[in-house]
This record gives sequence, structure tokens and C-alpha cells, in this order.
Amino acid sequence: MSENIENKNIQKNEDTKKLNRREVLKGLATLPVVGAFFYSLYKKKQYDSFLKSSLLEEIKISGEAPVMPKTTANSKQIRLGLIGFGIRGPQLARSAGFAHPEYIESLQKSAMENSNDKRYSNYLEQEDLNVVVNGICDVFDVHAENAQKAAANINREGKSGKLASFPKRYKTYKELLKADDIDAVIIASPDHWHGPMTIDAANAGKHVYCEKPLTWTVPETYEVVRAVKENNIVFQLGHQGRQTESYFKAKEAIENDFLGKVSLIEVTTNRNDPNGAWVYPIHPDANPSTIDWQQFIGQAPQHEFSLERFFRWRCWWDYSTGLSGDLLTHEYDAMNQILNLGIPQTAVSSGGIYYFKDGRTVPDVLHTVFEYPEKDLTMMYSATLASNKRRGRVIMGHDAYMELGSTMNIYADSGSDRYRDKIEKGIIDTNLPIYSFVPGRKDVDAVTSPTEQYFAGRGLLYTYRGGKRVNTTHLHIKDWLECIRENRQPSCNIDEAFDEAITAHMGTIAFKENRKVFWDADKQQII
Amino acid sequence: MKKTLQYSNAQLSMLVVLRVLIGWHFLYEGFVKLLNPNWSSVGYLLDSEGFLSGFFETIASNPNSLAVADFLNMWGLIAIGLGLMLGCLTRVAIISGITLLAFYYLSHPPFIGLKYAMPTEGSYLIVNKILIELFALVVLYLFPSSRQIGLDKFLFKAKS
Repeated sequence: MSENIENKNIQKNEDTKKLNRREVLKGLATLPVVGAFFYSLYKKKQYDSFLKSSLLEEIKISGEAPVMPKTTANSKQIRLGLIGFGIRGPQLARSAGFAHPEYIESLQKSAMENSNDKRYSNYLEQEDLNVVVNGICDVFDVHAENAQKAAANINREGKSGKLASFPKRYKTYKELLKADDIDAVIIASPDHWHGPMTIDAANAGKHVYCEKPLTWTVPETYEVVRAVKENNIVFQLGHQGRQTESYFKAKEAIENDFLGKVSLIEVTTNRNDPNGAWVYPIHPDANPSTIDWQQFIGQAPQHEFSLERFFRWRCWWDYSTGLSGDLLTHEYDAMNQILNLGIPQTAVSSGGIYYFKDGRTVPDVLHTVFEYPEKDLTMMYSATLASNKRRGRVIMGHDAYMELGSTMNIYADSGSDRYRDKIEKGIIDTNLPIYSFVPGRKDVDAVTSPTEQYFAGRGLLYTYRGGKRVNTTHLHIKDWLECIRENRQPSCNIDEAFDEAITAHMGTIAFKENRKVFWDADKQQII
Repeated sequence: MKKTLQYSNAQLSMLVVLRVLIGWHFLYEGFVKLLNPNWSSVGYLLDSEGFLSGFFETIASNPNSLAVADFLNMWGLIAIGLGLMLGCLTRVAIISGITLLAFYYLSHPPFIGLKYAMPTEGSYLIVNKILIELFALVVLYLFPSSRQIGLDKFLFKAKS
């Protein structure tokens, strides 16, 4: 009997154990799925790193944009003169640290209205370049006064801020160049003044930062080069694209031959608004008594006083170099920086005034094709001022093509020999970039998620990381100033500038004379 | 969870399957972010539209709040995912999951006239998969299963 009870108890205990075991198993029932998850995650990770390492076998880019050392407080202070203070002049002055109080006020206001607008705090953080403005010159009284106020706003304050004493206003740039308390000048005058002003400044021993294009005519181009070299001044041409981080990466990618043989480069300008077409506002206080018209005209053909011509000078060949000088030059200089193109052998152009029939003489639609037979490649420039359709900037090689903006993407070409094996094996997808560079991102990654691609393309990524945006014009001016201090050549020096000017002139002549234009490299002449 | 609901085996199994599937999704989304050193919610937040977009953009524009949002999002997804899969602290996991999904939905509501940079894999009008996943979690909250299948069985032993 007792045995029976014992047996029963044992049976019961075993039942309870069984039950408990069952309960425990039920509690842990999903654990194997967690295991399966981590096994799958491991496999996925392994696959991704296989893809990545297979791609990185092909693509090795490490280079960063050169880091410019911070300007030290005990570095030599450089004394500047500002020549020309219309639209670009104030932008350059701001990049050097001198903003008009009203501009600061507008930044403060928009920062208050929109907390995402970081331009004000970014501007306050912009490095002090240890420069001072001792003289300014502009032929329009209002612009001249703006220049003085900007130069005196050394504490980067709004309208209620305290200004330093005004720098001297010179009535002519020649008088400014005679000043002993000016070491270097920033020139932001109309195109037809770039050459003469740079020549005179160089002859006066002043270092020069000049806006693009280098010159308005071909003959003065040689004069500028001679003056800059003979006087041994530090010259920087205003192509701030030289500081764009993605261009450094692009250059490295090309040097490492990721694209294969490059035979075609396509660069474009796409604008569609009056401002983009140089129809700038006319200042209400502008009249013959506030503008020194004769000084504006300079070497240009005589013309009666015209507010339109004064403020919208880019629309007339009389003062301008049109699309070639204003916008083609940026594109060309970027490609020259990346591919060391040099001057093309030939140029042909076509286009016309198709949309802005406002009396202008320069075309609003222009296409120029440059041939480089020695390099076996063509560079095609296509511009319109009447459509915003973005056509980008593409370098096309046999194995891959590169799309270049503030980001840089390289896509394998479906007909590539080099990548064929990997394309066939499915390692490379020709619809996705095999290499993608986004400024501000730390490491190079060949595999990025589609979402990330979308955000990168819209410039939404990393813009606010650390709350900083880098202003390339500031870096470009800094590059120039550091070179003055160390007697070095800046990134867009006179040799690069010569290539830029001649190339742009070839395009312009081809358009104006409706013919194929040649460059005689031996004689260094356009024929 | 005032009283233990009586399910048939099939009902209980499918509730657990649904819980585990949603948990898997959360867990993987969390790990994708954790394993990508470049991941940040900044692009997603700045892409926000609708009546709460100002709130999400403010988070994105401040590096400190962005870091907090990134951290909570990444580790929140992982914790919720593990909670759902293992049936561990499931009520907390479900409520957190619903909150997180509500943020995703409200930052990118598929309302008429709102456009996003972020690509979608389907076509949505007001109802999208985030909303469906959110309500699936609501259902799981109302039909708990973790004290029958899950670690909550041991955690809440005394009560059951």
C-alpha cells in the first residue's frame, strides 16, 4: 500500500516535473527564433562585407581635402584693399570676415524665425583670418559706403553694433594701389576691368585675388601673366571650386583609373530666373551723380549713361564675357583641376538669345565643344538660362562614369571590361554607385543603403552634423592669404588662370565668329 | 491582462508568431543602424512633413537632441525587438513600440499633398505599413501571449 502511495507520489512528481519542463519549454519557445535571427544577421553581415571587400579591391580612395592650418594670432596681419563692391564684392568681403551690419541683421532675423537656419552662428564661427581693410574703391557711392561699413564691422555685429573707423575710400583704383598701407587687393569689378586692374596691382607690388574670368580680351591675358610673374606677387583666381572636397576625391578616383579611358566630359549650366540670367535689381539711388560712369566704361566702347548697363553689365559683350567667362569657366576649372586638361586644341560654339530678349548681346543658350586630340577626349559644355532641368556634371569612361556635385558618385558601366566579371557575378549593380562620397562622412563606404543615397542626393545628409557648413570661398581666400604669408603658389594660380582664360576666350571667339577656333601650343596663340 | 485569456492552441500560436515577426523586424532595424557607423536619423528627421515636421526638424538641427534621438531610436528598436521575440517585459515593449511607430508615422504621414525624399516600396494613402504594424501591436497588447509563451511566464510567475 505504502509502496503504492510512494509510486503514486513518484508518478505525481514526475508529472509535475514533466509539467514544469513543459512550462519551461513554453517560456523559452521563441528562443530558437532569436538564435535564427542572429545567425541570419551574421550571414547578412558576412555577405555585405564580401560585397564591400570585393568592391574595395577595385576601388581604393583614401585622400582627404588638404587641411589648411588655422591662422595663428601672431601671423603677419595682411592689409587689404577692396576694389568693386557690387554683388560678388560683398560676398568675398564676408568670406574674409567683413560683413555689412545689415547683412548680419538679416542673418540674425532669419535665425530667430527659423532655428534650422544656422548661417548666423556659422558666420560668427568663421575663422578670423588676421586681415584688415585699409582702403576701398567703387564707382557707385552707395556701394562704396557699403564697403566701408562692412570693412569697419570688425566684430560681426548688427546695425546697433559698434563699428571701427572707416577705411579710406579711394575715388579710383589707381589711387588705392598707390597706398602704402595696403599689401593685397581683392578685385570684384566687371569683367572688362579684371585684366587692367590685375596688371596695375601687380606692377604696384600688391598681391591679387581676382574674380573670374581672368581677362576680357585675349591680348591682355598675356599681359596679366607677365605682370604677375615679373612682379612675383601671389595671385589667386576666384574659382572657389578648388576647395570643394568632392573634387579632391574625384581627382584621386581618376588618378587611380577607376573610370577607365575617359573619352567624354559633359558639363552644364542650368538656370531659370532673372537673377541667374544677370537681370539684377537697379538701386534707387543710382544716377549719373552717384556713379562715375566714365570710370565704369574704362576700355569698353563709349556708351551714354545707362543704369541697365551699369547693374546688368554681364548682358553685354561691351563689359562681359557672357556664359563662357561667367559660368563655363567654373565648369572648366573644375575639370582642369581634376583631369589636368590644359588648353584644348579646338573649340566650336553655337547658341543664341532665345529667351531673354531684353536688349542683351550675349547668348542665353550656349554650347561649346572642346577637343583634346592628344588626350583622346572631348569636353562638352551646354548652358541655358531658361530651364532649371539639372543635367549635372559627368565624366564618362569605358569602365565607369562619375557624377560630380557636392557629392560624388561612380557607377560601373554595363559595357565595362574591368568590372565585367563582378557585374556578371552580381557583386556590382550598375544601377547603384560602386563608390559614393558624401562630404562630412567619416569613412569611405562602397555599399550604402538606397535611402541614404536618396538623402545624399538631396543634400539632406550631414549638413547639420556638428552644425557646420564649410564656405568654399572662405577657404579659397584663406588659401591665398596663407600663400602670401609663406610666399607659395595658391591653388588657382596664374598658370591655371591662363588656361582658364584662353579656353573661355576660344569658346567666345568660336561663338562670335561662328567658326572653329584652334590653339597653337607652340606659338601660344589662338588661331 | 486583468485575467488570463483562454486561447485555442491555434489562436495562441498565431499571436506568438505575429509577436515574433514584429519583434524580428524591430530587432533588424535596430541592428542595421547599430552596425552602420555612418547611420544617423538626421536625414529622416529633416525629410519630415506634416503638422509635426517642425518638432522633428528641431530635433535634427540640434546636435545634442539628435544624438539622444539616434541613441533612443537605435537601442529602443533593439530592446523592443528582443522584448517582443522573447516575450520579455512584453507590455513595456509593446507600448514603446507603439510610441516609436507613432513617431515614424507622424513624421512622414502619407497624407494627400505631402511628398518625401524617402522612397516607398508601395503606394499609400493615409494608411501605410507603419500604421498597420502599429495597430498589430495594439492587438497584441489586448491579446497578450507572453505569460503563456515567453519569458514573462517566469517573470510574472507569482501573479499568474
